[in-house]
Amino acid sequence: MEAFTTHTGRAVPLRRSNVDTDQIIPAVWLKQVSRTGFEKGLFSAWREDPSFVLNDPAYAGATILVSGPDFGTGSSREHAVWALQQYGFRAVIASRFGDIFRNNSTKMGLLPVVLPEDVVERLQTAVEADPATEVTVDLVERQVRFGDLAFSFEIDDYTRWRLMEGLDDIGLTLRHAADIEVYENGRQPWLPTTV
Amino acid sequence: MGRTLAEKVWEQHVVRRAEGEPDLLYIDLHLVHEVTSPQAFDGLRLAGRPVRRPDLTIATEDHNVPTVLGPISDPVSRTQVETLRKNAAEFGIRLHPMGDAGQGVVHIIGPQFGLTQPGMTIVCGDSHTSTHGAFGGIAFGIGTSEVEHVLATQTLPAYRPKMMAIEVAGELPVGVTAKDLILAIIAKIGTGGGQGHIVEYRGEAIRRLSMEGRMTVCNMSIEAGARAGMIAPDETTFEYLRGRPHAPTGAAWDQAVEYWKTLRTDDDAVFDKVVEIDASTLTPFVTWGTNPGQGAPLGSAVPSPEDFADPVERAAAERALEYMGLAAGTRLREIEVDTVFVGSCTNGRLEDLRAAAEILRGRQVVTRTLMVPGSMQVKKAAEEEGLHEVFKEAGAEWREAGCSMCLGMNPDTLKPGERSASTSNRNFEGRQGKGGRTHLVSPAVAAATAVTGRLTAPADL
Repeated sequence: MEAFTTHTGRAVPLRRSNVDTDQIIPAVWLKQVSRTGFEKGLFSAWREDPSFVLNDPAYAGATILVSGPDFGTGSSREHAVWALQQYGFRAVIASRFGDIFRNNSTKMGLLPVVLPEDVVERLQTAVEADPATEVTVDLVERQVRFGDLAFSFEIDDYTRWRLMEGLDDIGLTLRHAADIEVYENGRQPWLPTTV
Repeated sequence: MGRTLAEKVWEQHVVRRAEGEPDLLYIDLHLVHEVTSPQAFDGLRLAGRPVRRPDLTIATEDHNVPTVLGPISDPVSRTQVETLRKNAAEFGIRLHPMGDAGQGVVHIIGPQFGLTQPGMTIVCGDSHTSTHGAFGGIAFGIGTSEVEHVLATQTLPAYRPKMMAIEVAGELPVGVTAKDLILAIIAKIGTGGGQGHIVEYRGEAIRRLSMEGRMTVCNMSIEAGARAGMIAPDETTFEYLRGRPHAPTGAAWDQAVEYWKTLRTDDDAVFDKVVEIDASTLTPFVTWGTNPGQGAPLGSAVPSPEDFADPVERAAAERALEYMGLAAGTRLREIEVDTVFVGSCTNGRLEDLRAAAEILRGRQVVTRTLMVPGSMQVKKAAEEEGLHEVFKEAGAEWREAGCSMCLGMNPDTLKPGERSASTSNRNFEGRQGKGGRTHLVSPAVAAATAVTGRLTAPADL
C-alpha cells in the first residue's frame, strides 16, 4: 500500500450526500479481473453531465475530494477506492463515511478524513470561491489546513501508523501465525467445514 | 455487567488482543464470488501464499450469470467467471458453478447448506453478508484487500463496533412483511443511522419472523449503514438448521444447541444506542427516492423537498425526485412501473416466491415480470410446489438462479428511464441499469404491482 504522511493539493467540492459506491463506480466496471484501469469508471454516469464538478477544468488535477455526508455507502466494492486513487485522489473529506468504504480506503492508502459537517461546508465554499486553494491533509499532525485555518481530525493510532508506514496487513497478521494456530486448535468441534 | 449477543460472539473469536491495536478476529466461514475475488487471488499468487483454510471457504457464481439457460455471452463477464473457476481449482476451494445444483446467490446458499450457524463469524466480499446474522452470528461485508487477508490468514484485524438495539414491539399486521419492516426501519434511522454499529434486532415482531423473514431484515442492515445485523437464535433457528447438510448431527447437535441457547443478550447488558418501533402500526412500505432511506408507506404520497428541515436531506430529496421523474404530492399508488423483479439475496427465497405466487395465482401480469429464484435449490423446491406454473400462467418469466436485476451486472437490466418495482435492496441511481428507476418493495407488493401496473398492495386487488 502507498504510504500517506502529509499531502498538499487542490480540492474538488462534491456537494452531494449519500454518494454510494454504485455512483463512484457503476457495476458494469467491476467485471475486470485486473487492479488497474478503474479511473475510467469513476463517477462514469455523473461525468456524462457536462456540468458535473469533475468536468470543470478549474478542478483539473485536484487530489482531494470534499463530499457531502455518507460518502461511500452501499456495496463493499473496493473498486471504488481503486477508481478514486487511479483518477488521482489521495484523500476524501466528508462528515460521515460508509464503514466498509472507509475500511477499504485505509487498506489501500486513500485517506478518509472525517470533519464536522460545518467544516466540510466551509472547505467546499472556500474551494468554490477559489479552485486554486491549496489544501493540506496532514496525517502526522491529524490536521486539515487551508488558507490560515486548521482543523483537527480523529484517526486511531494504529491505522495512522499503518498508513504512515504503508504497511500491508497480511504481513503484520502473519507475524501472529502461532496465535492463529492456537486458536484453531481450540475451536468448537461442531463448527462446519465446506468439505 | 452483562454482555450483548454481539459481544459474546466477538469475544469468542478473538485470536489476539493487544493494547492500541485492533482485535485479530477468527473467521469461521468465508464466502467467495467472482466479482470481488480475482484481485485477491492474484495477490496471493504474487506473494506465494496459499489459502490457509480452503475447508472454511466456499465459492459460487452469481453476480455475472445470466438467468436464462446458455453460456455467458459477454466476454468480460465470462472471463471473470472463468477466472473464479481457475482460482478455485488452483487453491482447492469448493465451487458451485453455473448449472450446478448447489449454485445460487452467495447469501442464499450458505444458510441453505446449513453452513451458516449461530455464533459464527462469516465474511464475504459483498455488503449483504449481513444476511447471515439472522442466525445469531456476526456476518459482514469486506473489500478485496480483506478478502485476500482472510484467504491468507483466516482472520481479520478489526475494532469492535458499537452496539445498537432495534426493538420491534408488537406484531406485524396481516399483509405487512419483513421487507416492509426493514424499509420502515431504514426510513426512520436513515442510511447512516447504524454506522459503526452492529445492530441486534429484538422484540416480539422479530421473534415471530420465519428464518427467511429474519434474513430479509438482517440483509438490509447495511442499507442503514450498520456493519452487521443479528438476531438471537431460538427454536425457529434450530428447526431451520436441523437436518441440513452441514448442520451438526447426533451428540454434536445437542452440544451445539446447548451452546447456541447461551447466545442471547444478557438482561443487564447495555447498548450504545436503542431504537424502538411498534410493528403493529406498520403498513406496506416502498421507496420513492434514490437511497433506501427515502421510503414511505404505500398509502402516502411522494414527499416534497420542503418537507425536510435538514438542508442536506432537502437537497437529496430534490435530486432524487428529478432522477426518479416524480412530482411531489403524487400518490405512491399512482406510480406506474414497466418491470417487476422478484428475487435477490433480500427476497429470493422460497417463502418470497410463495408470497408472490399467492397473489399471482389466477391473475395476469401487465408488466414485464421476472421471477428469479435465489438458488437452484430454491428453484427446484418452487417447481416441486408448482409455483413456476402459477408464474408462467400469469405471464411472468420464470428464470434460473442468480443476482439478476438486483445490480445491473448481468443481462437483466432496466433501460434508461424504465421504472421497476423490485424486491432487491438498493434503489441507487443506475443500480438496475443506467438511467433505471427503482422502487424497493416486498414480494407481495411486487406481485400485486405486476397485476395492476402501478404500485399496489395485495389488499387493493
